[in-house]
Amino acid sequence: MEMTGEQLIPLPQEATWRALNDTAILKVCIPGCETIEQVSDTEYQLTMTAKVGPVSAKFKGKMTLSEVDVPHSYTLVFEGQGGVAGFAKGQANVRLTPESEATKLGYTVKAMVGGKLAQVGSRLIDGVARKIAEQFFSAFNKHVTGTAAGSAAGE
Amino acid sequence: MNAPVIGQPIKRKEDYRFLTGSGMYTDDVTLPGQTYAYFVRSPHAHATIRSIDVSKARAAPGVIAIFTGDDLARAKVGGLPCGWLITDVNGQPMKEPPHPPLAQGKVRYVGDHVAVVIAETLNQAKDAAELVDVDYATLPAVVNAGDARKPGAAVLHDIAPDNTCYVWALGDKAAVDRAFAGADHVTTLEFTNNRLIPNAIEPRAAVAQYSRGDDAYTLYVANQNPHVERLLMTAFVLGLPEHKVRVIAPDVGGGFGSKIYLYAEETVITWAAKQTGRPIKWTAERSESFLSDAHGRDHLTKAELALDKNGTFLAMRVITTANMGAYLSTFASCIPTILYATLLAGQYTTPAIYCQVTAVFTNTAPVDAYRGAGRPEATYVVERLVDTAARETGIDRAEIRRRNFITQFPYQTPVALLYDTGNYEATLAEAMKLADVAGFEARRKQAEDRGKLRGLGYSTYIEACGLAPSNVAGSLGGRAGLFEAGEVRVHPTGTVTVFTGSHSHGQGHETTFAQVVADRLGMPVENIDIVHGDTGRILFGMGTYGSRSIAVGGTAIVKALDKIVAKGRKIAAHMLEAAEADIEFDRGNFKVAGTDKSVTIGQVAFAAYVPHNYPLDKLEPGLNESAFYDPTNFTFPAGSHLCEVEIDPETGQTRIVNFTAVDDFGKIINPMIVEGQVHGGLAQGIGQALLEACVYDPESGQLLTGTYMDYALPRADDLPSFRVATKETPCTHNPLGVKGCGEAGAIGAPAAVINAIIDALAPLGVRDIEMPATAERVWRAMQNTRELKKAA
Repeated sequence: MEMTGEQLIPLPQEATWRALNDTAILKVCIPGCETIEQVSDTEYQLTMTAKVGPVSAKFKGKMTLSEVDVPHSYTLVFEGQGGVAGFAKGQANVRLTPESEATKLGYTVKAMVGGKLAQVGSRLIDGVARKIAEQFFSAFNKHVTGTAAGSAAGE
Repeated sequence: MNAPVIGQPIKRKEDYRFLTGSGMYTDDVTLPGQTYAYFVRSPHAHATIRSIDVSKARAAPGVIAIFTGDDLARAKVGGLPCGWLITDVNGQPMKEPPHPPLAQGKVRYVGDHVAVVIAETLNQAKDAAELVDVDYATLPAVVNAGDARKPGAAVLHDIAPDNTCYVWALGDKAAVDRAFAGADHVTTLEFTNNRLIPNAIEPRAAVAQYSRGDDAYTLYVANQNPHVERLLMTAFVLGLPEHKVRVIAPDVGGGFGSKIYLYAEETVITWAAKQTGRPIKWTAERSESFLSDAHGRDHLTKAELALDKNGTFLAMRVITTANMGAYLSTFASCIPTILYATLLAGQYTTPAIYCQVTAVFTNTAPVDAYRGAGRPEATYVVERLVDTAARETGIDRAEIRRRNFITQFPYQTPVALLYDTGNYEATLAEAMKLADVAGFEARRKQAEDRGKLRGLGYSTYIEACGLAPSNVAGSLGGRAGLFEAGEVRVHPTGTVTVFTGSHSHGQGHETTFAQVVADRLGMPVENIDIVHGDTGRILFGMGTYGSRSIAVGGTAIVKALDKIVAKGRKIAAHMLEAAEADIEFDRGNFKVAGTDKSVTIGQVAFAAYVPHNYPLDKLEPGLNESAFYDPTNFTFPAGSHLCEVEIDPETGQTRIVNFTAVDDFGKIINPMIVEGQVHGGLAQGIGQALLEACVYDPESGQLLTGTYMDYALPRADDLPSFRVATKETPCTHNPLGVKGCGEAGAIGAPAAVINAIIDALAPLGVRDIEMPATAERVWRAMQNTRELKKAA
């Protein structure tokens, strides 16, 4: 699965960067996120519930940041185990560029699922990933601005 | 009761219980104190197991026990065996990697068994399975047969560092090479025979029980051959005395080959039943069936046919790579060899044939026999080559077949088989008449006027059934006998119970076999019951596969019936005060020849069990006889399948408008059951040609077709109303003259469908198309040739 998209975040670049690295904000904005914990400068552990078609699973996972270029870009490698439902893993490349008062956030996500998720969910996974991304950014924009003013321009 | 019974379309006796919900399938078995097993399966195609932590799972509510590969290894539980030894061209035995029922150290396909959780309820077992913490270190995977031997490919087993199980060959290579060198024309094709998933309606299931009182096991299992299951499990895996294990295969809802094999699940729960002291049930979920039932086909083939200028076949050369999956399933090794290469003569006099097969391991589910088993693959090779050769040489497709048909029998092929009988011209002529080939060009023109492309495809197939002469199987590497056993018990009041080693899981044996007995003993079908599927009640049995039931199992029953009649004649002679030589048996009556003195078989049976006036000094009481029958040759059903398709050039959608099958199954016992078997086989063959494909992600090895959303089984509206007929050339070497009909449809149909599609698309320049010929593939094939033409 590959997904690319762009979002306009109604905050300056530095503020956007900080918000993206704020576990409290992430916890609220990642759909289904139950816990998120920073275990080192570059590592997070999290649990989240996700539903792919008929398969609903609680994932235990970790995210690792690399190639961090503050406040311009980073790569996020993630891996989540969903028990008998299978697993998901992949990476996201995130780039921030200023656009007048706001920030343009571009992302490329590559992900794969395994086990039951792949068996029953392969054809659904693109849609699910896109929906999770949309929900995340919509919640994120809403949270950082305190309004529902975020504009979505996902591909 | 005097009307003939053989040849009558009697309604199936078993259908009443199937259709009214009174069947007794494995999952219907519930034993006191029963527990439930759930298997933890690998989500990875290839990974090292670093550790398995079951502590949390063990503490979960309702959990009785959890076992892993280490537990089985400690208990010295063996690996699942392979029943057929193939010898490599280098003279070495094939590579037989260990196949532990629960993975040890490594998992090798998505769905591989890692641990079993046994709990009071199924949901408790599933919940606890979530808590089994397996630490995997993932490894690269290899999925496609064509990639398995490439340098740098992931290696599955230490004993096969090139992922090669064997390289095997059959035929005179030098003669074939010579013939090709002198040929006027050579037709070459390369294709994939697509991997299929069996999809029986009833998923696999097992219930295992251990009785401490008599130190004995009972296993209920959805299986096609309970005696083979017991033999393999006791002798090779669990080291149990065979007489302490009873295997019952009750009503089974379809097998298609997938329930022949000894699988990990029933083996593990049989072992665990003693460990836990509780009966254990396991029933596959549909997802598990997709993942872990043995799959079918999966060949990559390059095939060549050499012809002279008259279109006479001179030689055939076939190079195949066959995907075995991650481990060798019970009969995996013989499918792409013994049941494939030997069929490459087809119905033709091709004098020289050479076939080389390389079997490889990949990170996919094991592959084994699936309806047709090797023979559909062989037929596809032969019939696609013949059709393509006809097109290339400009010879009519029926004519090129006729020119090369075998017409003299018996016929020794260059690939080991001796055909006893057949009449290929007659089946082809009948099929062409039924399919109205004469009117085809007019129909094609009409279709054209409607903007549609119409094509007609031929497939004149042969199969080797009635497996098999045990000594032949043994000389080819078979590790089992392939006889069958039957027992006929005539009760004191004249009704009959027959015990057969041929298991019925949809074939209608309870009716067909009863017709054979009714015919021989001259009694109504209703007075005869057929018992099968229980090692506790039946002498022995090699089971049901390879369309062998009537030819081998039916003959064993006939041999036992002969003994019943012979003994009955002795008893009747005594009762009628006549010489035994003067007693004739005719439709239920023992008569003194040339007189009106007679006794019925019922009277004879009564005398046998109430032997007041009986020759006890010369004859034992009772009327119960058994027989083992080992066939002297294979049987050779053959036929002509003609498929007519119409393609929408805008969408590539192919519609089968007519399908005609004229088959020679030898003598027919019950034409309605035969027709049903043909219909089912055709549906599966058409499924392979147009719809079905098992797909693994080529990099990750994840199964992408794990549901009916993604794996397209044929539905009623994908199929036409079939035109089905039979021609009878009786088999020469069994008393019923029967050949078997279970697999023919699946064997003949794929080539007929693809040949029809190519016939429709040939005017556009399309020469070949891969199965399944989905709308997308057909549309792309048309687009590609259009673009090639534009570019030219």
